[in-house]
Amino acid sequence: MNTALLIFATITLAGAAAAMTLRNLIHCALAGAVAFLGLAGLFLGLGAEFVAFGQVLVYVGAVAILIVIAVLLTRPARVAGESPRVEPWLPGVGIGVLVTGALVAMVKASLVARSPEAVSSPAAPVKAIGERLMTTYVLPLEVLGLLLTAALIGAVLLALRDPGEARRP
Amino acid sequence: MFELFDQLFVNLKHAVVGALPEGWRGLASPLISAAAILGVFASLFALTVLVERKGLGRIQNRPGPNRVGPAGLLQPLADFIKALTKEDIVPVSADKVLHFLAPVVMLAPVLLAYAVLPFGRNMVAVDFDAGLLFFFAAGACVELAVFMAGWSSHNKFSLLGAMRAIAQMISYELPLILATLGVVMLVGSLSLEDIVDSQAGHHWGWLARWWVFTPWGLAAFVIFLIAATAESNRAPFDLPEGEAELVAGHLVEYSGFKYAIFFIAEYLGLFAVSALAITLFLGGWHAPVAGLDWLPSWFWFGVKLAGFIVFFIWVRGTLPRVRVDHLMGFAWKFLLPLVLWNLVVAAVWWYSRGWAFAGAGILRWVGCAAMILIPYSLLGRALYTRHGLGPRTYRLVA
Repeated sequence: MNTALLIFATITLAGAAAAMTLRNLIHCALAGAVAFLGLAGLFLGLGAEFVAFGQVLVYVGAVAILIVIAVLLTRPARVAGESPRVEPWLPGVGIGVLVTGALVAMVKASLVARSPEAVSSPAAPVKAIGERLMTTYVLPLEVLGLLLTAALIGAVLLALRDPGEARRP
Repeated sequence: MFELFDQLFVNLKHAVVGALPEGWRGLASPLISAAAILGVFASLFALTVLVERKGLGRIQNRPGPNRVGPAGLLQPLADFIKALTKEDIVPVSADKVLHFLAPVVMLAPVLLAYAVLPFGRNMVAVDFDAGLLFFFAAGACVELAVFMAGWSSHNKFSLLGAMRAIAQMISYELPLILATLGVVMLVGSLSLEDIVDSQAGHHWGWLARWWVFTPWGLAAFVIFLIAATAESNRAPFDLPEGEAELVAGHLVEYSGFKYAIFFIAEYLGLFAVSALAITLFLGGWHAPVAGLDWLPSWFWFGVKLAGFIVFFIWVRGTLPRVRVDHLMGFAWKFLLPLVLWNLVVAAVWWYSRGWAFAGAGILRWVGCAAMILIPYSLLGRALYTRHGLGPRTYRLVA
């Protein structure tokens, strides 16, 4: 474990912890963005340039913005005296344990954990990633594209003004 | 002789790094690159502010700053001292931490973006395999900084300005990135070094082989320029600041040096995106014609960058501000379809590269140009007539 990875891991964990515990929702969203950045740094430290930059571009550039704007549009950010506690806490803890267990099991079963030497050179050139996406993994890519297009059309339909609705000046 | 001047700065850095003890070299090399980038572009910023004030003055028929130093040349220094010594006012109701952090978060990613730009032969700080993606990833962080500035000020004008800025930046990011994709497709690499190398060589022995000289490259370049202007909030796309309606957008509650940092970040962002345009479409540090190869590579980069700066000042002095309802329509209904279609044209250009019959070169150029111009004209007319604005006719009145 080298120092850079340690620093980025700390940033990621601190950001995630802050995102869960801060009182102000906007602060939470911004702390989440810090966690995303730390994760991108981890990817970069592991030699996965493409994933790291994609992470920043998508999560910090789009998802974090989406979250803060959604928070701004839906509710007042400064709710006085509201505690970050969730009331029915038992199901929450159960779900948390389940998700953590599933993630740990997946990491344990992955190629990295079973034979670390098999994936010793993770620095994949972007060209190789692009070629794989266009040949071996073209079907998942197309399915993802279709899903996103469907979501986009759905969003437009939701936002569309009904024919009978009065036109605002 | 040419070698000496062309590699002057590279050799200088190597000499300095070489003179240091062994253990320090790994740390010193990136630090020297970063210091050079900071020094050069911060000075360029000071110079640009002066040129801009002088140039805008000339366009508006007034002298511009002419009191500090000979012909007003020391004005940037005076501005700098003024910004440093001004009182830093933070609103009582502001979110203190975010209000303080926003300028920092704004400037840091802009400076990071310079790491991947090749300023001359062998003059790039970090040559990432996915350099272009790195540039856009760094640019994406700026939006969050604008939001932080607007929200933390706790002022409705700030928040409105920030919302406008974010909407504008997200909308124009799409044409900006898609315009670069044609070049990426034909070069087959995201590394900016490779993209510059792909533009080496000459047409007919004299004209440089730049991407801007292809029909799709020219179209992508124009779209890139428009989107870049909007992305860096420059006039005619400076609505987020719109003094008349929003006072100064997300900058309302900033004063003194924090305001100056926003200002610096905006200009450095403009330089960075101009440098990217040079790298992608204008051959990077290559000379425009074969006979001028004897000038150093960094000189050519500087000349092109200066050209861009003058162009942006000229545009700012000439064009009126876009209306906010036209802004989004222009990005989504006009630029986006065109830039997507431009990718198809780039593909046609790539597949017709093997044509070898008589007049193939001209046919290829004219054909691809027509493939862009016809949809451009049709789309433009359709949008015009839908809004009851056109088609425009002009008559010569004797």
